[in-house]
Amino acid sequence: MTSPIPSGHSPSALELERRAFRARQSQRSVLVAVASTIAFAVIVWVTVIATPGWAAVQQAFFNPAIALESLPRVWEGFLVNLQVLALSLVTVSIFALLIAVLRTLPGPVFLPLRAIAAAYTDIFRGLPFIIVLYVVGFGIPTLTNTRIPLILLGTLAVTLTYSAYVAEVIRAGIEAVHPSQRLAARALGLGYTQTLRRVVLPQALRKITPPLMNDFVAMQKDVGLISILGIADAVLAAKIEASQTYNFTPYLVAGILFVLLAIPTIRLTDWYSARLRQREQSGSIL
Amino acid sequence: MTALLWAEDLWKSFGDREVLKGVSLELAAHEVVAVIGASGSGKSTLLRCLSLLEPIDDGRIMLGDEDISDPRVDANRVRARFGVVFQSYNLFPHMSVLDNVTLASRVVHKEPKKDAEARGLALLERVGLADKARDHPDRLSGGQQQRAAIVRAIATDPEILLLDEITSALDPELVGEVLELVRELAEEGTTILMATHEMAFARDVAHRVVFLDAGRILEQGPPAAVFGNPREERTKEFLTRFLG
Repeated sequence: MTSPIPSGHSPSALELERRAFRARQSQRSVLVAVASTIAFAVIVWVTVIATPGWAAVQQAFFNPAIALESLPRVWEGFLVNLQVLALSLVTVSIFALLIAVLRTLPGPVFLPLRAIAAAYTDIFRGLPFIIVLYVVGFGIPTLTNTRIPLILLGTLAVTLTYSAYVAEVIRAGIEAVHPSQRLAARALGLGYTQTLRRVVLPQALRKITPPLMNDFVAMQKDVGLISILGIADAVLAAKIEASQTYNFTPYLVAGILFVLLAIPTIRLTDWYSARLRQREQSGSIL
Repeated sequence: MTALLWAEDLWKSFGDREVLKGVSLELAAHEVVAVIGASGSGKSTLLRCLSLLEPIDDGRIMLGDEDISDPRVDANRVRARFGVVFQSYNLFPHMSVLDNVTLASRVVHKEPKKDAEARGLALLERVGLADKARDHPDRLSGGQQQRAAIVRAIATDPEILLLDEITSALDPELVGEVLELVRELAEEGTTILMATHEMAFARDVAHRVVFLDAGRILEQGPPAAVFGNPREERTKEFLTRFLG
């Protein structure tokens, strides 16, 4: 980035030479980019489109007529995914924060709480999500002998698994706040909880926004797995449509919906991180 | 003269390392005391122990009539009676300067936000930082940050101001503006206990100088006596190294 030249100052021969060099460099970068894009397109054409089976694959996965026909049903299912996602977002935020705070409590008094929180994160980060879904979705109704709405069971399974991941991210954020910040807060007379709420957590959450959003994006797509409980979500709708038409295109439609859902979150994260950097730091970062 | 703060035979170690080995210190109201000594002599630890930021291993600390080293006292309430300024400022980077300054008033002393901000702004105005009130600390120079940190420490009218080598992290040209503020506070009658390497400043502003060496107070007295005619050999050595 060239900074504006103050009025009355004409660039020296040295600076002009450097600018000419930079201009040549950027011309070369553009040429390299164009050449590599063409090369990539050729590779894709040779390895995918020019293969003998392409026509069949295109027919089975990219059928526009079937895509259009299945969209209303898949969309209806997708709204169920969104419901579970919205519910889980709230429950995961609360539960994960609680677990993270428990894990970072100091002193021997809180050893049992720390141990329980640690065991929880160990177990649920290790367990495959599908197994959690089965255990929660089929185990709890049997255990309680009641009819619990499937959406709530799905939300519970997502919450149990993702809270474990998110809690660990929050804990890392809490521990990344320099101890001198706690010291300064305690010196002002703030108690442990006040320090945590006013000084440590706000800084921790800023530090962990990118990994947190990463987990959120992962959660957005894993919400699609609740279909194995028989919840009529986008994936199950796609499955039904696919079996009726003997065509995989509905799955692709559902997949595209999930991707479209993820993109705004990803862009929002980038924007938010940039805004915080700008407000709290001066100067540029290399 | 009755002591406002009275520490008696303080002991403190970190693991095997004994940092304080029986330190006794008195501080009267409106008194300005400078603690000098080499790095690692225990100056910072002493200040932290006095303000209950670090638990002591033995001894007693009286603040007014209250034994604040008693584990039954509410340590948060006691800490709020001290103002502490740190070497590395330790401002909260996620808050504006004004929010930094008013945090304790709002959260600890439950003062209405409006009142706290009015007082905070007046104090910032006094130290020439009124135009920085809404900025975040990272936008300020080191000297400005440290002045803001001092304002944060005095915003709740603490009984004692503890200054822990507050100019050690500053560029030489920024030291002056911070020391000038401390001098003003001292002249207004603020009770100050400061750990410092600024010998000229200590000589000028302090009523009493305490020389701490390897966790013990080796000698103390008026600046003229300690700097001009030190009794102990260690004090002479230290001062020669420092003053050249």
